[in-house]
Amino acid sequence: MSIVRLVSFVVLLAASAGASLAFAQTPAPAPAAPAAVAPAPPPSKPDPAGTATGGIGDVSAKTAGKPTVEELADFVGHNRVAINFVWVLVAGFLVMFMQAGFALAETGFTRAKNAGHTMMMNFMVYAIGMTGYWICGFALHMGGLGPISTLGGTGVLDHEFVITLFGKEFGLFGLKGFFLAGSTYDVAVFALFLFQMVFMDTAATIPTGAMAERWKFSSFVVFGFFISMFTYPLFANWVWGGGWLSQLGKNFGLGHGHVDFAGSSVVHMVGGVTALAGAMVLGARIGKYNKDGSANPIPGHNIPMAALGCFILAFGWFGFNPGSTLAGADLRIAVVAVNTMLAGAAGALVAMFYMWIVYGKPDPSMLINGMLAGLVAITAPCAFVSSFWAFVIGAVAGVLVCWSVFFVERTLKVDDPVGAISVHGTCGAWGVLSLGLFADGTYGDGFNGVEGTVRGLLYGGGSQFVAQIVGTLTCVVFIFVASYAFFKVYDLAFGMRVSPEVELEGLDVPEMGGHGYPEVQGPGTLVHGLGHGAAKPAAVMTGVMATERGH
Amino acid sequence: MKKIEAIIKPFKLDDVKEALTAAGVIGMTVSEVRGFGRQKGHTEMYRGGEYTVDFLPKIKVEVVVPDERAGKVVDLLTAAAKTGSIGDGKVFLSSLEDVVRIRTGEHGETAI
Repeated sequence: MSIVRLVSFVVLLAASAGASLAFAQTPAPAPAAPAAVAPAPPPSKPDPAGTATGGIGDVSAKTAGKPTVEELADFVGHNRVAINFVWVLVAGFLVMFMQAGFALAETGFTRAKNAGHTMMMNFMVYAIGMTGYWICGFALHMGGLGPISTLGGTGVLDHEFVITLFGKEFGLFGLKGFFLAGSTYDVAVFALFLFQMVFMDTAATIPTGAMAERWKFSSFVVFGFFISMFTYPLFANWVWGGGWLSQLGKNFGLGHGHVDFAGSSVVHMVGGVTALAGAMVLGARIGKYNKDGSANPIPGHNIPMAALGCFILAFGWFGFNPGSTLAGADLRIAVVAVNTMLAGAAGALVAMFYMWIVYGKPDPSMLINGMLAGLVAITAPCAFVSSFWAFVIGAVAGVLVCWSVFFVERTLKVDDPVGAISVHGTCGAWGVLSLGLFADGTYGDGFNGVEGTVRGLLYGGGSQFVAQIVGTLTCVVFIFVASYAFFKVYDLAFGMRVSPEVELEGLDVPEMGGHGYPEVQGPGTLVHGLGHGAAKPAAVMTGVMATERGH
Repeated sequence: MKKIEAIIKPFKLDDVKEALTAAGVIGMTVSEVRGFGRQKGHTEMYRGGEYTVDFLPKIKVEVVVPDERAGKVVDLLTAAAKTGSIGDGKVFLSSLEDVVRIRTGEHGETAI
């Protein structure tokens, strides 16, 4: 009986394998091909070395195994775009994971009593930002991009709102792709949406760090929609969507226009400057400043968590920067990836020596900020500089971030628990400016529609440096004014800050309903159920909630 | 009976436990506690700024022994907990009226 079953199973298996092989060999229906010229049967031997797997038989052709030149060229072109698609999507997946890095870094740098609240801002900005970006952010950002050259040249994103000044056209925002509907229901547009969405979300999550431990969750939710639907898409359109900053080269002869390869300004400065505006409106945490204006350290509760977050961010950056070629077939990705890792290393190294020499110890939180500073700075110039300048850019960022943290804390008297303003704002600005200094002219031919490669001041490209300055100033002024106005109006109308009682108790219970660490910060094991491993889950939950209500 | 309460450095707990069990002490209770003495805590650094930690983490060890062994146990405990630097802690010795073993209801030294 069992033998009969086995045999029938083997027969079935063989039949299905044969059927699928036949399908693989003749992907296109080929009625004209006679049976006599059918492709050679697949090798019956296994191929452990992989040298015999894949070949001419895998090229789609009317006559299988004998593609024409046109068929071959079509196949090559399709494969090239397919490589780019896979690259863009996988790089986007890596950038998505940076959300985890931000969540861990920010939560580790803040206090345990706010852990649930800080973590959930970083968590929900993903959902909120994505929704806002899908509704209108992507359309305003990329709606007028024109053909996406590396993703098959799809030209459906073709409507940019333009005003004419001085006889030149100034693109302000796109108008195609709302809800990814209509003619933008297209594979290239969807791939671009995924990649650009996770970039926007990186910018959106930066302010949550600077504004942590005192920000009403409801106010944060509204902000999440604001940045993903308006401020980020507008500035990003000007630089990456074909808008006016990208056209400074074509219109006014300023290099290649404002060049920002992966977002030192578009992502990081937007996030950092928004963080500055938000932290200014919100005010410092209780206990941060003494009456004489001197600052008190408020240690974060989990340095290992913050360090892990930084490592996850550094890993995600391999998607952020090399992915910004939007082309896996553009082999410059190797240079971009190496420059990225070198600058991060230089930033951490220099921050370590700086803190060690000046303050006596290599402060862990500043080393973490140092690595992120190097990564932020190299984000704009990563594709245009040599490894030497990449290291220098990261090294300068490593000391710049230390100065900036102390300047923001002690001179501006703005309370930024995680250093987001300095890491992303200050070092983002340094990044875009450094491109204008050190771009060496080995890459970027035709970038932003300008012939020739991208050159910085040291390589004979003075006008490129001017374009970088214009882009930097525009980012600071536009983002600061728009964000400050939003925060101020919201604060006056609804209030952005939790009450002092809530802030002192910790935001977890009043804002989120429960502790991030119930057994440490909350009722602990004294509550019925929590101290007993075998307790019924329902009893545990009831016990916790009853205690919270009884506070 | 005597009750010995010792406030010691946390990393000295293993040494103290070994010394006391070797001396025949059969049970002890420890708690994680915080406090300060003459030095009033110490300072730490975070992001380039100093801050004072007033209450330092310590371990409190409690043991109960018959009167005649109290002196020896205190000596051994003191020797085991000593590093010679500031912050080594204190030992408090006090008389104890009674002890009850909950399981059997025994009283006095047999209940220790």
